[in-house]
Amino acid sequence: MRKNWPVLALGAALLVGLALPLATGASSLGFYIEVLLGGLMTGVLYSLVALGFALIFKASGVFNFAQGAMVLFAALAVARLAEAVPLWLAIVLATAIMVALAWVIERVVLRPLVNQEGVTLLMATLGVTYFLDGFGQTVWGSDIYKIDLGIAKEPVMILEKLFEGGILVNKEDFLVAMVAAGLVAGLTLFFQKTATGRALRAVADDHQAAQSVGIPLNHIWVIIWSVAGFVALVAGVIWGSQLGVQFSLAQVALKALPVVILGGFTSIAGAIVGGLIIGVGEKMAEVFLGPVLVKAFDLAGGGIENWFAYVLALLFLLVRPEGLFGEKHIDRV
Amino acid sequence: MTARAHPIGGVILAVEGVSLAFGGVQALREVSFDVREHEVRAIIGPNGAGKSSMLNVINGVYHPQQGTIRYLGREYHDMDSHEVAASGISRTFQNLALFKGMTVLDNIMAGRNLKMRTNLLLQALRIGPALREELEHREAVERIIDFLEIQAYRKIPVGRLPYGLQKRVDLARALAMEPRLLLLDEPMAGMNVEEKQDMCRFILDVNDQFGTTIVLIEHDMGVVMDISDRVVVLDYGRKIGDGTPDDVRANQAVIDAYLGVSH
Amino acid sequence: MLYRENGQFKSTYASDQQMLPIAQDRVFMVLLLAFAFIGVPLVTSDYVFLSLLIPFLILTLAAIGLNLLVGYCGQISIGHAAFMAVGAYAAYNLVLRVPQLNFLVVLLLAGLIAAVIGVLFGIPSLRIKGLYLAVATLAAQFFSDWMFARVKWFTNYAHSGSVQTAPIELFGWTVETPVEKYLFLLAVLVVFTLVAKNLVRGHIGREWMAMRDMDVAAEVIGIRPVYAKLTAFAVSAFYCGVAGALWGFVYLGSWEPLAFNLNLSLNLLFMIIIGGMGSLLGSYFGAAFIVALPILLDQVPIWLGVPISTATSAHLALMIFGALIVFFLIVEPHGLARLWAIGKEKLRLWPFPH
Repeated sequence: MRKNWPVLALGAALLVGLALPLATGASSLGFYIEVLLGGLMTGVLYSLVALGFALIFKASGVFNFAQGAMVLFAALAVARLAEAVPLWLAIVLATAIMVALAWVIERVVLRPLVNQEGVTLLMATLGVTYFLDGFGQTVWGSDIYKIDLGIAKEPVMILEKLFEGGILVNKEDFLVAMVAAGLVAGLTLFFQKTATGRALRAVADDHQAAQSVGIPLNHIWVIIWSVAGFVALVAGVIWGSQLGVQFSLAQVALKALPVVILGGFTSIAGAIVGGLIIGVGEKMAEVFLGPVLVKAFDLAGGGIENWFAYVLALLFLLVRPEGLFGEKHIDRV
Repeated sequence: MTARAHPIGGVILAVEGVSLAFGGVQALREVSFDVREHEVRAIIGPNGAGKSSMLNVINGVYHPQQGTIRYLGREYHDMDSHEVAASGISRTFQNLALFKGMTVLDNIMAGRNLKMRTNLLLQALRIGPALREELEHREAVERIIDFLEIQAYRKIPVGRLPYGLQKRVDLARALAMEPRLLLLDEPMAGMNVEEKQDMCRFILDVNDQFGTTIVLIEHDMGVVMDISDRVVVLDYGRKIGDGTPDDVRANQAVIDAYLGVSH
Repeated sequence: MLYRENGQFKSTYASDQQMLPIAQDRVFMVLLLAFAFIGVPLVTSDYVFLSLLIPFLILTLAAIGLNLLVGYCGQISIGHAAFMAVGAYAAYNLVLRVPQLNFLVVLLLAGLIAAVIGVLFGIPSLRIKGLYLAVATLAAQFFSDWMFARVKWFTNYAHSGSVQTAPIELFGWTVETPVEKYLFLLAVLVVFTLVAKNLVRGHIGREWMAMRDMDVAAEVIGIRPVYAKLTAFAVSAFYCGVAGALWGFVYLGSWEPLAFNLNLSLNLLFMIIIGGMGSLLGSYFGAAFIVALPILLDQVPIWLGVPISTATSAHLALMIFGALIVFFLIVEPHGLARLWAIGKEKLRLWPFPH
């Protein structure tokens, strides 16, 4: 237990940070809960993308830097297709495109590079990132597009009786967060309970052993990348409806990387918990710590949320490299 | 054996009550033995007996949960492997651990790193002491290259060499450190008869010419009995025998565990 | 004159350890340098200097920096533009606040400051390997993006957050015209390439490569991982810091926040993957490629009479970059530099290949 003290210290510091706005009276309870909910909603989306990331890493050992590019690509596809066909059809078509993309990536990138070192595969996904960025903008265009989910956006006041002023929630935010949470739960079940899920886990544990008992590796990879593609699509649609479909989406989605560092690379639970921690943490930091920093250092605006997740992950790497739920790795010589 | 240039001296390495576990797997259980200066000490045992783990404990790659290593009178149990190296212990690896992207020459030169001291700035400009140092150590390395008869392969990337030669480069790199104690992890594994004979000759020459104390793991019993002064036998992480080759050959526990299963 | 090394016997280790052991290579190098310093300025237009050669020289310097870390020491970084930013802003503030400093001193100081920051972000590499490090370096990237955009002191409270620089002066020489800029950068690059070559063929270079190829074995032969990795981070960040300062002062002149963003980091990685990891020459190839390809894509359709929009050609360039990365990783992981080496080997044996 002696070695755990840096982790405990970091956790304690985070908790104190969380409690400070309330303790110092800087925020009313109602506003605080609003911020917390906002953070959780973003967090669910991070969890979702991180889940796709963790699945790919588990099953094929690929650190998929292209996750962000996939989110952008999927969102662009939905936004542009929805201009011509109903939204549901656009989503179905875009899903088909993501599956096709998974198939192509398996064929062209993964299969020739099987058994290469992790860093090589990471660089290959860097190539995929470039390609998708260029291809997506060539095919779908490079303006800012809108996705309209057709849900009323007006804020709703809830729990007015409990708190003075109540809590403002955006109905759309709330609904999509539910959808995302449902998807996270569904994927987790799929992975734990179904035969395909078992095969996926077998591949994740040991490629060669799985192959030798007759699990078709390439097939599994296509499935995994398709799932990750679909997850990217959902995240892309939700973010796209909130922020507009634009290049910066790719960067937002990249936050799945610090999330999996925090949660532990190969852990499904870690991706979920990590996503929520980072979602809440960065929102809290932006809203409550941001103004303090701006004042103290005379900054030109906040924007802490751009780096908060990464710096938190960096600290985590220093004190607990295997993440919250990851397995410790022993090098055999 | 004929009279040797470096007669066997006092104990330089003592392993005392070392236990090592990976999670639930107990790799070593309270193993104790010692190594005397200038001797050739063999560690034998069936597969999975904990031989490689023992070497890894001695040179700091693994840190045992219990027990200590006493080397030249200094006690340690969680020294990092680069510190162990600095105290004069070097080793070769069972599954070649050469620097694949580097030439034979650079691999062996890397073995001299502890002896090279010029600072970064001088190296960047490659002037004065930095250049002199490079040339001095190149000479030392060339002597080892001559000794192991690998002159023809100097500038070849080590990954392109056949297995037997790679084993020799591994030995050359360890020798470049001018170790006082040399650990060899299955130096003859996977070799044919001629290659084994060459390697035996090199090992004995190292011991004889430089007085290097040698601890080696080997599966070939003939080789072990021929070249070692004393033998430790491990089985399931426990020491079951210790003594001269003849003692060990006569030890019933050893025969049961190991020699009894004739190959 | 045939490309032959017959009769060139080495009688001392010093002559065997020269940078270019083959006589023809030495002659070629002298001719190449003469051409670069004298020939190119005579025949090249300002357009080529400004849009091709100047960015090429600076990016090469940065790519060498990244290559020392990724290609030689085996530590991945997706955030090296951060160190360029540190260098650029450090130089800006040094020039602004200590105007009497010689620009060469400014460059070195900017590099040193970047090196310190590089070591700071390199510390996680002591506990984590490969992939995890990618995220640590991304932290450097996003943190520096934020810091230089938001902390007003760095930009001297400029209203828009963008900074302007004056042409640099060296011992009374104002480096102003494209030719002057080119010559200055070329001289800097030659010196830095030589230094990098000395490092990688010397003691520290072997330590880096040993860490890259087999870190456990490296430690067993006495290499201290802390020292090897952190020096690689320091030297690498130093190079990028200097390159960043040059990028700001010589190429851009004035720059906005986010001039050193993730995109630039990815481009640097692209250069060393395509050019050749663990090869200084490869850094040149990679930089040349990334500078030349977009220009080619702009020009070729015009020559062919089917002009395409700049946006399309930019997207096309991205697709080609992406496809090339995957192609090289699969077909020739050592990049263009390896292809060059193979060509040279063939030439050495030609016309008797057996």
